[in-house]
Amino acid sequence: MKDESRRGFIGKAFGAVAAVGGVASLLAMKKTWDPLPSVMSAGFTTVDVSALEANKLEIAVWRGKPIFILKYTEDMKPTDGRSVKVGDHYYSVMIGLCTHLGCIPAYRNDQKDFKCACHGGEFSLAGVNKFGPPPRPLDLPPFKIDGTTLVLGEEGPEYKAMMAKAGGA
Amino acid sequence: MAEFKQADSMYEWFDQRLGIDKFVKVMMTEYWIPKNINFLWAMGVLLTVMFTLLIVSGIFLLMYYKPDVNMAFDSVNYTIMQEVGYGWLFRHIHAVGASVVFLVIYIHMFTGIYYGSYKKGREMIWISGMLLFVLFSAEGFSGYMLPWGQMSYWAAYVITEIFGGIPLIGGDLVVWIRGNFYVSDATLTRFFMLHVLLIPLAILGAIVFHFYALRFPHVNNEAGEFFDFDKEAEKYLAGDKKNSKVVPFWPVFLSKDFFVLGFFLLFFFYLVFFHYDFAMDPVNFDKADGLKTPAHIYPEWYFLWSYEVLRGFFFEIAGVSGKSLGLIAFALAQAVFFLMPWLDRSPMVKPANQRPYFKYWFWFLMVDLIVLTVYGKLPPTGANAWVGFASSITFLTLFISLPFVTKAEAKKVGGK
Amino acid sequence: MKEFKILAVIAALVGITYYGIEPYAHHVMHPEVKAADFAFKDLKNVDTSLAGNVVNGKVLVEANCLACHAIEAAGHPATIPNADAAAAYGVVPPDLSSAGRIYDKNYLANFIFDPVSAMHLSHKYPVGGAKAFPMPAYNWMSPQEIMDVVAYLQSVTPKVAEKDVHKATYDAACGRCHSMSYAKSEATTPKDAIKAYMGATPPDLSQYIKSRKEHYLHGFINDPQLLLAGTSMPRVGLSEKAQEEVIAYMEDIGDSKKAEREDVGLRVMLYTLIFAILAYLWKRKIWSEVH
Repeated sequence: MKDESRRGFIGKAFGAVAAVGGVASLLAMKKTWDPLPSVMSAGFTTVDVSALEANKLEIAVWRGKPIFILKYTEDMKPTDGRSVKVGDHYYSVMIGLCTHLGCIPAYRNDQKDFKCACHGGEFSLAGVNKFGPPPRPLDLPPFKIDGTTLVLGEEGPEYKAMMAKAGGA
Repeated sequence: MAEFKQADSMYEWFDQRLGIDKFVKVMMTEYWIPKNINFLWAMGVLLTVMFTLLIVSGIFLLMYYKPDVNMAFDSVNYTIMQEVGYGWLFRHIHAVGASVVFLVIYIHMFTGIYYGSYKKGREMIWISGMLLFVLFSAEGFSGYMLPWGQMSYWAAYVITEIFGGIPLIGGDLVVWIRGNFYVSDATLTRFFMLHVLLIPLAILGAIVFHFYALRFPHVNNEAGEFFDFDKEAEKYLAGDKKNSKVVPFWPVFLSKDFFVLGFFLLFFFYLVFFHYDFAMDPVNFDKADGLKTPAHIYPEWYFLWSYEVLRGFFFEIAGVSGKSLGLIAFALAQAVFFLMPWLDRSPMVKPANQRPYFKYWFWFLMVDLIVLTVYGKLPPTGANAWVGFASSITFLTLFISLPFVTKAEAKKVGGK
Repeated sequence: MKEFKILAVIAALVGITYYGIEPYAHHVMHPEVKAADFAFKDLKNVDTSLAGNVVNGKVLVEANCLACHAIEAAGHPATIPNADAAAAYGVVPPDLSSAGRIYDKNYLANFIFDPVSAMHLSHKYPVGGAKAFPMPAYNWMSPQEIMDVVAYLQSVTPKVAEKDVHKATYDAACGRCHSMSYAKSEATTPKDAIKAYMGATPPDLSQYIKSRKEHYLHGFINDPQLLLAGTSMPRVGLSEKAQEEVIAYMEDIGDSKKAEREDVGLRVMLYTLIFAILAYLWKRKIWSEVH
C-alpha cells in the first residue's frame, strides 16, 4: 500500500519531468524556425522623391517588398489621410502588394489607378480598394520625411498621424 | 535461450533466426484478398511503385541540387538537365511522377468512396489514407518550390500569405513560417528540409500504418460482400481454388497488379519523355523574381479544386470578408473528406451504382470537382468568378447534405 | 467487359479535366500568336525590286556607316572597345558583317530609310520627342542608293559553316543586348549601359526556349509589339531562315538533351510494351487456376 502510493507518486513525478523536457524541446525547436537576427533588425531604404517624374510609378524595395511611390500631377487630387505631402508635391506611398493575395498591381497612368492582374482587383490613386476581392486599401509602410527624402522603415510623425486616422487598420 | 538445432540448408539457417517462412506466409502467400475485384484494386500497388520512383529519382536529384536562392534554378536547369548523365531523365521522372501520383491518388480515393471502403471497420484505413493525401500534398507543395522558378516563388508566396488570414497571430505566423518577411532563402532551405527528410519519413510511417490498418478488416470487394476469410482461405489451401472467394496476395493478386502496372507505365513513360508541360509548367522556366508577378498564377492541377474553393468567395457575406470566407471554406473542404465514414449514415457497403441515392451524390461530386478544377485554372474574372462561387457552395452543400441523403437511403433500403 | 467500361469512364473524366485545364485554359489565358510576317508587308518606303550596285554601295557605306559601325568581314574591325561604344551611343552598334545574311532584304532597306519605324519603336522615339534613336534615318538617300548599300552588305557577308551558323546568327542578332549564361556569353553591351538604354535589363535567354517555346518565339521575334505591347525590344527584321537559326541555337543551349530524350524515350516505351505484354501473359496463366 505505502509501496503502491510511492510508486504511483514517483511514476507521476517522472512522467511530469519527462513532459517538461518534451515541452522545452519543442520551444527550442520553435525558436530555430524564427527569422534570424540579421533579418529582424529593421531595414531602412531612402528615396529622394524630388527627382521623380509625376504620374510615373516608382518602385522602391523595403524588406523585400515593393513600395509604390507615385508623384501627383496638378490635376491628381490628394486623398485625406492617405496622400503624403513632401515639399510642394503630393505622393502616394504604399506597399505595392494587393491586399487580396499579394500580387503586385500595375499602375494605369491614363486612368490614374491600380489594377491587379491576378484576380481583377482595383485600387484608387491613393491605394483605396474600389473593386474586386481586395478587402482593404494598400498597406502603408512606416516612413519618415527628411527634407525631400523618404526614409522607409522609420515611423515619422506623418505616418503615425495617418495610422491613427485609419484607426490602426 | 531458444534452442537452435543444426540447420540443413542456408534457407533453414535464416528461417531459424528470422522466421522467413512465417513472414512470407503472413505477408504474401497466405495474405488473402477477395477474388471479385477489378483493375481499380491495383491502384495501391501503382502508388507504391510511383512513390518508389519518386524516392529513387529524388535521391539522384539530391546529388546535384543546390538549395540556395542564387544557385537552385541553375543547379536544376543547367547542371541536372543538361550536364549530369541522365539528369534530365530523373528530373522528368520526378516532376511527371509527382503529378501522375496524384492522378492515381484521386482514382484510389474515389474508388474507396464509390465502393464504401471507408466504413464498417475500414475507418482507420480511410483516415490513414486521407492523412497520406495531406502528406503528399505538403510534399508536392514543398517540392514545387525547389526549382525556384517564377511559379515556385509565387505559389509559395500566395500560399504562405494565406496564413496571414488567421486572426491575432496571422501576421507573425507568416513571418515565422517563411523565416523572413518575404519568401526568401530561409524559406527555400526549410522547405527543402521538409521535402527531403521530414515529410518523406512521415509518409513512410503513414504507409506502413495504412497497410497495417488493412489487415483486420480485409480488403473490400466489388460487391461489398462480407464473407468468412478464414473459411475461404481453407478452401483455397485445400486445393479448391476455383470456388474459393479469395486469392493470395502473392502470386495471384500481384500478378494482376503487374499487368495493370505494365500498361500504366506505358502511359507514364509517354508523358515523361514526350508530353510533360502539364507537370513542368513553362512559367517555371523563368527564374524567380519577387518584384515581377506573372500574369497568371495557379497551382499544380491536383490543387486546383481546393484553390478554386479558396478564391470562390470573392465578396463579403454577413460582415465576413471574402478572403476569410474562402479560408474557412478551404479548411472545411479538406476536413470533410476525413469525415466521410461518419457523414455517410447508411451502413450499406455496396458500390454506388447499387445505392439508390448515393449514386447521384457520387456523380454530382465528380462533376463538381471537375468544374472546380477547370475554373481553378481559368482567370477568375466576370462569369468565371460566379461559376467558381456556385461550384464552391455546391461542394460544401454536397457534404453537408450527405448525412441526410444517406439516412434517407438507409431508410429506403430498410437498413440492410 | 466491365473493366473496359470502368477504364472508359476514367479516361473520359480525366480527358475532360485535362482538356479544360490545359488546351482550353491556355487558349483563354494566352493571346493567339499571329503568324510571323517574314515579308514585312507594312514596310513600303523603298522599292526593293531595284537591282543594287555593289561598287556604289561600297562607296556609300564607307562614307556614311563606318563612323559608327565596324565591318570585320570587309577589313573594318571595331576601333573602340564595346564599353566605350556603349557609353557613346547607349548601345554597341552592330558589326555589319552578317547584316546582309541575316536581315530580310525588304526590312534592311526600310530600316536604313527609317530605323525607328522599321523597328516599330515609334512609341519610344516619337518624332520631335526628347530621346533620339542613336542611328539617324537615311531617308535623304534615293531608293537606288539604299538598294546599293543593301547589295554591298550582302556581298561582304561571309559564308558560315553549317555547324557554326546557329551561334553565329544568334550572336549577331541578339548578342548585343541579351546574355545567355548557359552558353557562357554576356551581352556585348555592358549591363548598366543596356539597362539605361532599354529601360529594363533585357532578359537572359538561356531558358527562353523552354519558358516561351518555339511557336511564341517565332511570333515574338518577328514583331515584339504584337505580343508585348510597349516593349523596348526592336523588331529585329530577321529573315525566316535566320530566325530559325536563332531559335535552333536557343534549343541547342536551352534544351541540349532533346535528341537523347526522344531516343531513349522510344527505347523505354518499347521495353515497357514488352514488359506489359509479358505481365499480361503471366497474369492470365496465374488466374486461369482461380477462375
